[in-house]
Amino acid sequence: MPDRELTYGEAVNAALHRLMEELPETLVYGEDVGVPGGVFGVTRGLRKRYGDRVFDTPISESAILGSAVGAAMMGRRPIVEIMWADFSLVALDQIVNQAANVRYVSGGRLSAPLTIRTQQGGAPGACAQHSQCLEALFLHVPGLRVCMPSTPQDAYDLLVTAVHGDDPTLVIENRTLYAGAKERVRTGGPVAPMGGARTRRTGSDVTIVTWGAMTHRALEAAGTLADQGMHAEVVETPWLNPFDTGAVLESLRRTGRLAVVHEANLTGGFGAEVVARVAGAGVPLLAPPLRIGTPDVRMPAAPTLAQALVPGAGRIADEVRALVRQEAPR
Amino acid sequence: MSERRLADLLAMWRIRAFEEKVRDLRAEGPIVGSVHLCIGQEAVPIGACDVLEPHDALFATYRGHGWALARGVPPQPLFAELTGRASGVNGGRGGSAYFTAAEHGFHGENSIVGAGAPIACGAALAGRFDGSGRAAVSVFGDGAMNQGAVHEAMNFAAALSLPVVFVCENNRYSELTPIADMVRTPRLAGRAAAYGMPGHRVDGNDAEAVRFHMRDALEVAREGGGPTLLECVTERLAGHYIGDAETYRQPGELERIRRREPIARLREGLLADGVPAADVDAVERRARAEMDSAAAAALDAPFADPATAREHLYA
Repeated sequence: MPDRELTYGEAVNAALHRLMEELPETLVYGEDVGVPGGVFGVTRGLRKRYGDRVFDTPISESAILGSAVGAAMMGRRPIVEIMWADFSLVALDQIVNQAANVRYVSGGRLSAPLTIRTQQGGAPGACAQHSQCLEALFLHVPGLRVCMPSTPQDAYDLLVTAVHGDDPTLVIENRTLYAGAKERVRTGGPVAPMGGARTRRTGSDVTIVTWGAMTHRALEAAGTLADQGMHAEVVETPWLNPFDTGAVLESLRRTGRLAVVHEANLTGGFGAEVVARVAGAGVPLLAPPLRIGTPDVRMPAAPTLAQALVPGAGRIADEVRALVRQEAPR
Repeated sequence: MSERRLADLLAMWRIRAFEEKVRDLRAEGPIVGSVHLCIGQEAVPIGACDVLEPHDALFATYRGHGWALARGVPPQPLFAELTGRASGVNGGRGGSAYFTAAEHGFHGENSIVGAGAPIACGAALAGRFDGSGRAAVSVFGDGAMNQGAVHEAMNFAAALSLPVVFVCENNRYSELTPIADMVRTPRLAGRAAAYGMPGHRVDGNDAEAVRFHMRDALEVAREGGGPTLLECVTERLAGHYIGDAETYRQPGELERIRRREPIARLREGLLADGVPAADVDAVERRARAEMDSAAAAALDAPFADPATAREHLYA
C-alpha cells in the first residue's frame, strides 16, 4: 500500500479496513458505528464493505463490553467502540473485573483479545460527563494494555498493533484530533510491537514527557521556549501500558529536568507514576520534577472556565521555563 | 426410564458429595476463603447440561461447582483448585468462584452477580461467525435479575436474536434477603415477555423438567429463534456462603425444603417405581467414594509455586 494523506480520523478508519481485511476474526460494533458510521464518522464505510461483521448495538455498554469479552474468549477479535470514555464507567465491571481477569484467573487457558476504541478529553463546549481523561483508571488495572495516539500515523499503527495483540487493549483516541490536518500515513506496514516512545523534539535543558492531545500543546510550548533559548526535549509515550520507562530515563540523563504533562487531573494521574519511576531509578535531577495537568476540579461547560483549567501551550511554557530557571538543589 | 433417573441420581449425588466434601475441607482448614455451595440445587445443572453439546459455552456463577461437574470437569482438579494446588484446574489462580475449563465447555464461574450474562452473549455472537452452531448458556441466581448487566444482556440477545439460554436459578434468596421482598412481582420468568423472548417457570428440583425445557430452548436458539429465559425454582439447603448463620430462615423452613429437595425426591420416586433400595443407595456410596479419593489425591499434590504468581497476566 502506498502512503496516503489522511486525517487522524481517516487513519483510524484505514486501520479498521486493514484489520477487517487481514483478520477475518475481527468484528466492529458499538453504538451507531454500523449504518451511521459512528458519531465522529470514524467507522464510515465498514458496514457496507464487511456486512454483518460490523453492526449497531443498543445503548448498553455492559452488553457491548461483556459480549466483546465473551466473543474474544471464543476466538473472535472484537473491536468495540465506547463512544466517550466517560461512558465506560457505566460498564467498568466488564473491563476491570472481567476482561482483565480472563487470562490470569484461568491460568492462561483462556484469553480475551478485545480492543476497546474510545475517545476522551476536553473540547470547547464539552461538559462534565463528556470530557474526562480517564487513562489512569485503566493504567491502575493489571491485565489491560492502554495507548493514546496523537498523530494520524500512530492512530493507524497503534490500533493495528492493539488488534493484533492478544491482550485486552484500550485505544484512547481524541475527538479534537479526528478532523485535524492530513498527514502522510504509511498504511500497509508491518505490525509494530507494542510499546515504545517517540522523541518528538530533541533538546538538552528539560525533558517533557507527554501523551495524547497534550503532545501538540507540549510541542507548541517547546517551540516557544526555543525562541527564548531554552531547549526542551519532548518525549511522547503513546503506549502507557507497556510504558517505556527506559526512554524517559535515557532522555533525563541528558537533560536533568523532568516535566510530565497530561490533560487528566493531577492527583493519581499517570504523571505521578512517571515521577515515581524516575525517582526510583535514581537519575540525578537538577530541579524537583514537575507535573502539569488539569487541577483536581470537575470539568465546567463554559469555554472560558474550561480553558482556565486544562493546560494550554502558554501555561506549559511558563511552568517549564520556571522549572529550567530553578537553581540546582545543593 | 428408571435407568436415566438412576443416572440423574448419581449425577446429583456426585455434586452433593463434592459439595459436602468441600464443606468438610473448609471446616478442617485445607480450603480457605469464601465458598458458596449449591446443596439442594443439583437438579438444575444436571438437567440443563445433559442436553448441551460439547461445543456449547456455559457461564456460571460463584455457586457453580455443580455446573462444572455437570459439564464434565473431573473433581480432582477442582479440589486441587480449591486447595491452592498447582494441579488446580486454573493453577490456583481462580479458586472456588472462578473455576474455568473451556475444554469442557465450561467458560467459567464469576463472582460478580450478573456479569456473566453479557459475556455469554458474546460467546453466542462468536458462534454466528465461526460456524460452530454454538449456543451459550448464562446461569445466574434470582438476585442477578435485578442487575443492570442482566437486563442489558437479555435485551442485547433478543435484539440480535442470539442463541442464548438464560437460566435463572431462583433459590428464593438474593444472598441473605428474600427475593420476594426485592421485586414487586415474584414471577421472574414473566420478565421475558418484556424482551420479546419466551420465558418459563420450571420446577428446578426436577432434573427431567429442566432437561425438557432446556432442550426446547436450545432448539429455538439453534434455529435462529433467539434467547429464552428459564426460571428454575429451587432451594438451597446450605447458607449463602459457608459460615452464613442463616438467621433469615423461618422456623421449620429447612425441614420443609428437605422434603422436596431433588435428591430425596428422586430417591423416593425410584423406590416407588420398584428400583431396589440397594441399587438406589449404592449410588450415594459410589459418589462419595469418588469424591473422597479425588480430594485425597488433590491434597497430595504440591501447592502452587509462589515463583509463578506473576505468570499469565499478559500474552
